[in-house]
Amino acid sequence: MLTPWDLLTSDIMRYPLIIAVLIGLTAPIVGTYLVQRRLSLLGDGLGHVALTGVAMGWLVGAWVSTTPHDALAIPGALTASVLGALAIEYVREVGHTSRDVALAILFYGGIAGGVVIIQLAGGTSQNLMAYLFGSISTVTSSDLGITVVLAAIVLAVGIGLRGLLFAVTGDEEFARASGLPVRATNLLIVVIAALTVTLAMRIVGALMVSALMIVPVATAQTLVIGFNRTMRWAMMVGLVCSLGGLVLTAYVNLPPGGVIVLLAIGMYVVGVAVRAVRERVRAHRAQEVEAPA
Amino acid sequence: MSRPDDATPQTPVVDVRSAVVTLGSQRVLHSVDLEVRPGELVALLGANGSGKSTLLRTVVGALGLDSGSARLFGHDVSRHRAHQQLGYVPQHAAESGNIPATARETVATGLLGPRAWFPRARDLRVDALLSDVGLSGLADRPVTAMSGGQRQRVMIARALVRGPSFLVLDEPFSGVDIASRELIAGIFRRLHSRGTTILVVLHDLGELEDDITRAVVLDEGRVIHDGPPSQRPRLDPGHDHELRPVPALGQELDS
Repeated sequence: MLTPWDLLTSDIMRYPLIIAVLIGLTAPIVGTYLVQRRLSLLGDGLGHVALTGVAMGWLVGAWVSTTPHDALAIPGALTASVLGALAIEYVREVGHTSRDVALAILFYGGIAGGVVIIQLAGGTSQNLMAYLFGSISTVTSSDLGITVVLAAIVLAVGIGLRGLLFAVTGDEEFARASGLPVRATNLLIVVIAALTVTLAMRIVGALMVSALMIVPVATAQTLVIGFNRTMRWAMMVGLVCSLGGLVLTAYVNLPPGGVIVLLAIGMYVVGVAVRAVRERVRAHRAQEVEAPA
Repeated sequence: MSRPDDATPQTPVVDVRSAVVTLGSQRVLHSVDLEVRPGELVALLGANGSGKSTLLRTVVGALGLDSGSARLFGHDVSRHRAHQQLGYVPQHAAESGNIPATARETVATGLLGPRAWFPRARDLRVDALLSDVGLSGLADRPVTAMSGGQRQRVMIARALVRGPSFLVLDEPFSGVDIASRELIAGIFRRLHSRGTTILVVLHDLGELEDDITRAVVLDEGRVIHDGPPSQRPRLDPGHDHELRPVPALGQELDS
């Protein structure tokens, strides 16, 4: 039986565990701003676009004969998701196309681009599976390096500029009249969302990244009130789910992304139940105060 | 109470000249002029769709002009740096974000500069403002769970927290209960008596009838009156119910 110490010191698990901690902390921070801006599905759209980036990375890797073949997959995902994020923000601002249509085009275009380009790169759509659903067996030290840098940027922006980001996402018109850089802030939010998608797709998978951004926020909202408290609780929930999910997969042979997301949904269901019980208790107490014996 | 009705030689707080604004394909403002001098309490009146809110958004720099000019504190509105001096209360502001923020968090977004960076100083200032608008016990309550009047008071506290010399409000009495209307009107009177300049879009003069120093009436994107409130045009009630004489206090809340 593996002990937690064995897990931490094992070569296979060390990198994924560090990445899991970073994903658990960063994804809910970004998710809080996306929920606040009613852009909950943005992470999904960016995840799909990132697949095209992965395939582009393979294609370029095949041209320049990198070793391994997918050495440029994560840089490709990063480039594609940042470009996708900027495109979405442009569409939102110019407003010629509605936001949900623009997101839908990102979804379909991203996945279609991925499967077509991977074939051109000499691979098959099977090669995309690890990026679609997440995997821990393929995490390399360069993946870890990129993840740490991206997570540091997301944490610095998401927490360091929280006042600015909250003011702009909460009330754009008031922020504009206050002289805050509204456009730059909106761009910053979608860019850190793109960075989070890239850093999380290795383990959680492009199809499920968004869940780890949004579900912990929804869980926190069932338990606490207020923007800052919601963000703090969402980070705790995200951390418990990503670490818990990864540790579970060390004992049971299951895909980490799916386990992490199911854990998050499980915590959400518990949160809803806790809220329902608290409301019943509150209503019962109020009745007792109204009708004393 | 000081009543700076007479024009002063000081720079106007607001100086809008020949402003033209088009939203989508519709021209909302047609060559509008508006001047607000220091210490004035100016009401902007007009029917729905007359361009009141658009003019207000232009004044605070939230909306650009097609042509004409808009100056705030003597500078082009897109380039002025006196945001510390401007307090703005947009219409229906509390409906924006999707995560219910507390009153304290919401008011804190109105702070600019160093005071916003230090949590203790920030909370002290924010709590003092919440107390000023009669909400000291509700600092940790989500704004979305409050009544219309309480929400509006939170938004006024957010605008005032930076200590502005010019306050701009878009229909601050809309959807507000009678007690809050009185309280909000009292806040305006207090600020005005201390020299704060106020520009307010109103549905009717209501509680502020005796305090307004000048009324500007818009009709279909044009100024049709700029002068004493008592001389403002009374449109046919059937044509425009908003410009009828003010009903008794609270009477129209049900309408």
